[in-house]
Amino acid sequence: MQNQPSFQFFSGARAELPLLLGVAPFGMIYGILALEAGLSPLAAQAMSAIVFAGSSQFMLVKLMGIGTPALVMIFTGFVINLRHALYSASIAPHTLGLNRLWKGVLAYFLTDEAYAVAVLHFNADSPPQFKHYYFLGAGLTLWGGWQLSTAIGIFLGAQIPLGWGLDFTLALTFIALVFPVLRDRPTLFAAFAAGLTSILAGGLPYKLGLVAAALVGIVTGLLVERKS
Amino acid sequence: MSLIWLVMICLGILTFLTRLSFIGLFQRWKIPDLVKRGLRYVPVAALTAIIVPELLMPDGVLNLNPLNPRLLAGLLAAGVAIRTRSVTWTIALGMIAFWALRWLLGLLSM
Repeated sequence: MQNQPSFQFFSGARAELPLLLGVAPFGMIYGILALEAGLSPLAAQAMSAIVFAGSSQFMLVKLMGIGTPALVMIFTGFVINLRHALYSASIAPHTLGLNRLWKGVLAYFLTDEAYAVAVLHFNADSPPQFKHYYFLGAGLTLWGGWQLSTAIGIFLGAQIPLGWGLDFTLALTFIALVFPVLRDRPTLFAAFAAGLTSILAGGLPYKLGLVAAALVGIVTGLLVERKS
Repeated sequence: MSLIWLVMICLGILTFLTRLSFIGLFQRWKIPDLVKRGLRYVPVAALTAIIVPELLMPDGVLNLNPLNPRLLAGLLAAGVAIRTRSVTWTIALGMIAFWALRWLLGLLSM
């Protein structure tokens, strides 16, 4: 049964589902902020489908609200989303041999949350076949949650309290994924080095600190691996 | 108003191409073994780099105060994650701890 595409699809969807608990507050807050920045409900919703990358969407509506030139907005969003190139490289060994349509679809779904669920599953115990269906199930679930929560934010607007610190769910979501896989020394050191760098490079703009931290984490992991 | 549409379509295309980049490229290049091993650290390194600033620099400034509710609730959530391996429990208990700590620390500072 594990070799059925549908089994993998629903496994991915089921693994992604609890993450919506962490993602939904963000979608709602984005919807509210987008309207406050002057976007029409249609534009606010369309951005969640076309860009489909939370942190750059937040930045975009913020820049929009203060009248930033279009080119600056595009460039800023592009740099914020550069981390996805790292995700692309990391998921690439699992997509070899797929046709162009599949690669395009999976690239569209390559968000922080779908990527994290899929790649941690692939790295742990790789199912023999149909990994792409697992990824599709996870990606589609996240996509649906993001669109729906954006719509709720647009619809309910200011009724949602911003002062509750609901943004903390993002950190909790990733804590839930990372800590259970910190099992061997190289991985522990990679995480520690990345965490430290993310603080030291915290002053870098556009989330570039994240990219720097990930690179330092990779190198550290490889060095520790070689020693042990 | 049409400006935002132009911005979102351009950014949508650029973001898609960024996400496609290595998925497309690695089909033609053979991935060197060292790179392949290094890439296994990407999820843990990148996600930790998202988590740590959320706990320690919520407002963009380093906050090493041991009574920082995000740090305390985050550590508790890490314990829950290791024990239960459940995303739902980690988010739920982490959020409850965060709210409880904020409330308690708010009482203390009054």
